[in-house]
Amino acid sequence: MNIPADLKYSENDEWIRIEGNTGTVGITDFAQDQLSDVVFVEIIAEQDEELNQGDACATVESVKAAADVYLPVGGTITEINEDLLDTPELVNTDPYGEAWMVKIELSDPSQADGLLDADAYQKHCEVRLA
Amino acid sequence: MPEHLMCELSVPGRVGFQYPESDVPAAQLPEDMLRDDLPLPELAEIDVVRYFTRLSQLNHSVDTGFYPLGSCTMKYNPKINEETARIQGFANLHPLQPIETSQGALALMYHLQMWLNEIGGFAGTSLQPAAGAHGELTGVLIIRAYHRSRGDTKRNKILIPDSAHGTNPATSAMSGLQVIELRSDDRGNVDLDALREHCDDTLAGLMLTNPNTLGLFDENVEEVNRLVHEAGGLIYGDGANMNALLGIIRPGDIGFDVLHYNLHKTFSTPHGGGGPGSGPVSVTEQLVDFLPDPVVDIIEPGDEESGVPPLYGLVAPNKTIGRVKAFQGHFGMFVRAYTYIRMHGAEGLRKVSENAVLNANYLLAKLRDTYHIPYDRVCMHEFVAEGRWAEAPDIHALDVAKRLMDFNFHPPTNYFPLIVHESLMIEPTETESKETLDAFAKTLIQIAEEAHSDPELLKSAPHTTPFGRLDEVKAAKELVLCCVPEYARG
Repeated sequence: MNIPADLKYSENDEWIRIEGNTGTVGITDFAQDQLSDVVFVEIIAEQDEELNQGDACATVESVKAAADVYLPVGGTITEINEDLLDTPELVNTDPYGEAWMVKIELSDPSQADGLLDADAYQKHCEVRLA
Repeated sequence: MPEHLMCELSVPGRVGFQYPESDVPAAQLPEDMLRDDLPLPELAEIDVVRYFTRLSQLNHSVDTGFYPLGSCTMKYNPKINEETARIQGFANLHPLQPIETSQGALALMYHLQMWLNEIGGFAGTSLQPAAGAHGELTGVLIIRAYHRSRGDTKRNKILIPDSAHGTNPATSAMSGLQVIELRSDDRGNVDLDALREHCDDTLAGLMLTNPNTLGLFDENVEEVNRLVHEAGGLIYGDGANMNALLGIIRPGDIGFDVLHYNLHKTFSTPHGGGGPGSGPVSVTEQLVDFLPDPVVDIIEPGDEESGVPPLYGLVAPNKTIGRVKAFQGHFGMFVRAYTYIRMHGAEGLRKVSENAVLNANYLLAKLRDTYHIPYDRVCMHEFVAEGRWAEAPDIHALDVAKRLMDFNFHPPTNYFPLIVHESLMIEPTETESKETLDAFAKTLIQIAEEAHSDPELLKSAPHTTPFGRLDEVKAAKELVLCCVPEYARG
């Protein structure tokens, strides 16, 4: 299971890459593995929309289930990954790279302090697989 | 051999039907509404009969094999139900006939309402909802209307445990309420601490599936209902799993305010392609006035001594949420459910549930050593196993389900509930014999062995069906819903 050390994680299996005051959000390798083949991605969030921590920003649908993607940190949407609409399978093949979902301008960077680091997230996954 | 589509069998000019001579004058249609082509397949009657007969033989049905589809209660549908539903006075009625000429049908509906009240412990019932999720929507609209009628307009929040049926959040969202998911505790019950956090004056209610989708009776149910009521909310009961409770517990007696039944599950009306469904909703005394319009009631009392029967009619409840379905709902299903209840009687219905629970626990005991059972305790009418083994890392629940088809068993529900990994949700129902249950358990144990010794056999299953493993990704992404034949193209 791939859990990059430079990202922060939510208990709900989103990752966020924080660079300065901006954040890039997607779902983790564990999440895509649990969902299996992803067939649709819908980005619910709109450009320039202000969302709170925990608000839904996207929906991911696989052959098994549909799941909402929540913002791990609140902020204003600055960019949306339109490529996922046509190639949702990127979520399976490159969850931390090409399958990023939204980019945000963080409204309160200190919210990220409550997220999990890679070690803590690894444990969070192992507990659920046991 | 793959079947052709009907349009591919079409031969121009072939005719399968002849109109009788018209006994009314021909109508003149406007010129611009006339056309000289009609792109429908052209086949003889015998070709059509053979085509659909062959297709029907490819189906799995409860009449051809065991169907342990969790949460769906695929019990045997007694054939006497079909006889009563075809009684002329029921089958040939028009819903707009004057009530004086449809008293038998109205009396049947009235008594079915009463029996559902009695079975669930409620004061009033609407038979209108078309199926379970529609019953949920109706029930949640009743809860919303109740709060609003009291001027209590800030209650916009509805709580739904993560072990509930998947339709619960959808119907609540459709009613304009905000859905909040409640986690389960480690015994599979509603987590009371999580519940307490949300018990405030914005709480409209809680939707409880009990037994839940793990097949477990919520051990905290009375405390859950007390906490929600104390906060001013109401309890919606998802009665899809009533097959575990008949004659044993009445939801209305333990604090439920609204409950829907699935006649097509618990009360043996056809299901899964043979429907339509039917999802009556029962409510407590304080909610009776909000039921959909109309309900059946006695509008003129009869006189037993002189042998005059009461006059049944259609009545609008005082503060009704309005009509939720055309006419009276799926009347043919009422006749079948009525027949089922009459055939069993009160004691018989209790035995239905006792045997449904016994059958599920018997299977659980046979499989527990081979399949991991999370939340392993005495189950109700169904249970959830995991279709995965550490020593067979490539095998998933889906592979187990597909392999079962090779043995003429319908696969269990898989990947639901979401709180169990690789879940297989197994509901045998009361109508299966010990021999069938033994054969099913033996097959599942054999499949578990194959998962370790010959995983490819599972990965490539099914092997005995007309088509093998279907490409689910392609099916979900490439929506080709019909074939346009040569003769109908541009």
